[in-house]
Amino acid sequence: MAKNFSIKHQPGFTAVAATCFVVLYLPIIVLVLYAFNAANSTSEWGGLSLKWFRSAWQNTEVIDATLRSFQIGAIAAILASIFATMAALATTRTAPYRGLTFQYAAINQPLMVPEIVTGVALLIFFSRIKIFTGYSGLGYLIAAHTAFCIPFAYLPIRARLENMDLTLERAAADLYATPWKTFRRITLPLLWPGILAGLMLAFVISLDDVVITEFVKSGGQDTLPTYMLGQIRRGITPEINAISTAFLLLSVAIVTLFFFISRKRD
Amino acid sequence: MATAEEVAKAAERRDIRGRWLLSAPALLVILLAATGPLLIVLVYSFLTPGPYGDVKWQFSLDAWTSVFLERDIFDDTLSIAAAHVTIFWRSIKLAIITTIATLALGFPTAYFMATRSEKTRDLWLFLITIPFWTNLLIRTFAVLQIIRNEGIINTILLKLGLITAPIQILYTDTAILLGMAYVYLPLMVLPIYASMEKLDFRLVEAGYDLYATRFQVLRRIIFPLVRPGVIAGSILVFIPALGAYVTPIVLGGGKNLMLSNLIELQFGQGRNWPLGSALSISVMIIVMVALLAYVRNAGSSGVRHG
Repeated sequence: MAKNFSIKHQPGFTAVAATCFVVLYLPIIVLVLYAFNAANSTSEWGGLSLKWFRSAWQNTEVIDATLRSFQIGAIAAILASIFATMAALATTRTAPYRGLTFQYAAINQPLMVPEIVTGVALLIFFSRIKIFTGYSGLGYLIAAHTAFCIPFAYLPIRARLENMDLTLERAAADLYATPWKTFRRITLPLLWPGILAGLMLAFVISLDDVVITEFVKSGGQDTLPTYMLGQIRRGITPEINAISTAFLLLSVAIVTLFFFISRKRD
Repeated sequence: MATAEEVAKAAERRDIRGRWLLSAPALLVILLAATGPLLIVLVYSFLTPGPYGDVKWQFSLDAWTSVFLERDIFDDTLSIAAAHVTIFWRSIKLAIITTIATLALGFPTAYFMATRSEKTRDLWLFLITIPFWTNLLIRTFAVLQIIRNEGIINTILLKLGLITAPIQILYTDTAILLGMAYVYLPLMVLPIYASMEKLDFRLVEAGYDLYATRFQVLRRIIFPLVRPGVIAGSILVFIPALGAYVTPIVLGGGKNLMLSNLIELQFGQGRNWPLGSALSISVMIIVMVALLAYVRNAGSSGVRHG
């Protein structure tokens, strides 16, 4: 192999890639830096301080919105990954049967519709139900979040199932294990990393949602992202930077965990 | 023999019924809280607006005509609704430019990642995954802080003496464009990378052996092989860019509306739910056309994921 001719080289590509990575991270770094700004506005730098974190921590609206986000995210993620696991079991490791393509398309459908359209549809539909039943709690948000989280949870679970070895399950069946027992003792433990990855993906997706939440929420049901959007609309303070930084940290932690779980090959 | 066959058939039918039951909860939730309500939107687009929002159950084509036309309040003549046309055009234009820009940046980035050694590849992938799963609103907000008049771009340019007054980027179409390209770049890189990772570089080598130039190799060998990834990435960027809601609010300052903001307006101050519904269906139609083009292209490309 000639040292001076690499078949993988393309002129300028490395420079573009380097620029992309710098550009991707630079704004985030600036944002985090300004969260530690002691000044009262985001236009000047007044030295390092934790005061905006403190102010966010003492802001009951922020805390309420955060807790609401976690509550919706946790319930939606758990429901979505249970349903997605069942759906993945139903749509993999089988000869094609009638309706399989339909099921596959239906599960992925939420990915194909722009969020704004789903948001509008749910606004109309749920406003009818609200009038009809008189119930206006968090249930609507949880239902909406569960629905759009299902395809995200479904992806890693399905991928895991497709790569799984069938011989162990057959062996269990040969040893007179009931289908349920085979599932509990063999399939589920093997599938677990996929389910965990799906669960975390769904949680992050739910936590990130702005558009659908904005259309579905009733008064006083702000989640952290919709609360932040409202604040940004009104004008920005370093408090938003502080909240963003905390939020970022959480996302990065979850993604890192997800990355290592889904990358582990066995 | 016949009985054995019947038993097998019955078992198969039971298996399929079991599979339907298993996927039923997921399908039901999606039907109730995602796709089903889309049909209601379609129905609403043919109704009359109610006085305080919502609708009156009275058939009307007004919503659909007012997507692109407006009726003069005095002489009742129809003319083209310039405001709506502008917003449609801006949304489509910005979505297309965003797709092209992310492709121009994302393709070399994905190529760079795929040509690293196997170990470092994971690190690069991780670096692109982090922004991908980071809150979109936060990332848009980060862009706002960079490009505003007191942001670091303007500060550095001022300090260097290159400009005398800050450049107004924020609250322009350029700001929306920058924001969308920034936010959706990982959506372009990841699918291209997935295709690129499977690229067989022996084919590239063969190209060079046959005296192809670097550009010829890129255009005739690499690009056709990763085309499915390019198309997938373009779709993944185009759909959310067309329906972008957060970016125009945060970076466009509510002045430069895009389709989603126009739709929201109809459900807020506008109090014209049928028009909002008709506009939503219009967005769906554009997306469906794009998806159809995708399916056609992916089908005829002849390159299959292996």
